[in-house]
Amino acid sequence: MIRVELPAHLRTLARVEGEVTVNAGDTIGSVLDALERQYPMLLGTIRDQVSGARRPFLRFFACQEDLSHGGMEQRLPDKVLRGEEPMIVLGAIAGG
Amino acid sequence: MNKVRVLVGTRKGAFILSSDGKREKWDISGPHFGGWEMYHLKGSPADPDRIYASQSTGWFGQLIQRSSDGGKTWEPVGNKFAYEGETGTHQWYDGTPHPWEFKRVWHLEPSLHDPDTVFAGVEDAAIFKSSDGGRNWTELPGLRGHGSGPRWQPGAGGMCLHTIMIDPGDPKRMYIAISAAGAFRTDDGGASWKPINRGLYSKMMPDPTAEVGHCVHHLAMHPSKPEVLYMQKHWDVMRSDDAGENWTKVSGNLPVDFGFVIDVHAHQPKTIYVVPIKSDSEHFPPDGKLRVYRSKSGGHDWEPLAKGLPQENCYVNVLRDAMAVDSLEECGVYFGTTGGQVYASADAGDSWAPIVRDLPAVLSVEVQTLP
Repeated sequence: MIRVELPAHLRTLARVEGEVTVNAGDTIGSVLDALERQYPMLLGTIRDQVSGARRPFLRFFACQEDLSHGGMEQRLPDKVLRGEEPMIVLGAIAGG
Repeated sequence: MNKVRVLVGTRKGAFILSSDGKREKWDISGPHFGGWEMYHLKGSPADPDRIYASQSTGWFGQLIQRSSDGGKTWEPVGNKFAYEGETGTHQWYDGTPHPWEFKRVWHLEPSLHDPDTVFAGVEDAAIFKSSDGGRNWTELPGLRGHGSGPRWQPGAGGMCLHTIMIDPGDPKRMYIAISAAGAFRTDDGGASWKPINRGLYSKMMPDPTAEVGHCVHHLAMHPSKPEVLYMQKHWDVMRSDDAGENWTKVSGNLPVDFGFVIDVHAHQPKTIYVVPIKSDSEHFPPDGKLRVYRSKSGGHDWEPLAKGLPQENCYVNVLRDAMAVDSLEECGVYFGTTGGQVYASADAGDSWAPIVRDLPAVLSVEVQTLP
């Protein structure tokens, strides 16, 4: 199981608290696929539904690494795949 | 006794204001979807418990929410707005070609007869339709395919399709308006569209009377006279008596004829309301005095309505979808401001009082008159 940490607005939308866990493959794209299957209300909120691109005000982090720019086929760190660390979907602090 | 429900979209959430027919005491519900931009909420005329809401942010994109119990609970429905075919280009602010890109839903217009059918006006300008309660959306591509699309240009708020009106006597006839392309009409349910901008004059355009390119801010009609249309343009208040074929300026004695909202009294098809706003760049009421202007003759002759509205130091704006009327015997008129006030008049505009004063900036106001 892969742990995913969502921004607060998306936790509210998905009606979850804290981290969520998904059954997924070893890439960012497969985690997002699983996340959207499990919580279909998240469709389109992390990546554009038409282009598939990550939304520009969101980033992906795990194990202190920025995984935002390696594409959806990027393999997640082993600690994430073993469930020791979460994959973090982080919203930009942009509003001030 | 009848009730009214006022649906308010703001920069940071939605609010639902409810009252009985006296419209003196109000219950405030919200914020719904706190922190999200709620561009528009509108109830189905066929089932007032069915409400659609446009929810978006720059972070997470566009969502559509649907309520089937009058706004008590909500469920997210479909949010995939994919343009049909080649998207092509429109003009950017500097006149260069710019690809069509979906940004958000500005306006939701439920069918007059079917609660599961709803139209969405989006930025970059296009119209979409859902026939399954918002789960799936399909573009009506005849509008962008009209041929004039490459000459459309964004207004300051973006290139938005912000107004959709359905002819109550002929559901195949609809009107839309785009900033800054102008007004369009379909007579075949959205398959094909024609620009209806003859008579508009926009001095900032290279050709002030061009077929398209006009910055139409809002349209209004009365259901008993659907061939009579009213328009608040970037400058000028206009009227058409022939379903948009020809327009005449009816700004008359308005202090300024710039503004965003325009609406029609529920029972008097010639009684119309606007809120004059100073422009081009200030976008606040003239002299710091917030005044609604009413014409009882379809334009030309206007009277200021100021009782109960701030008459000094008021520098708010009233955005294009932020005025509505109820259909109680004594018509109620409502509008919201960028300062977060929602004002109501229970006497057709003669006097006003705030329902709420301190909401986030108001983007839209719609009213449901309930049994």
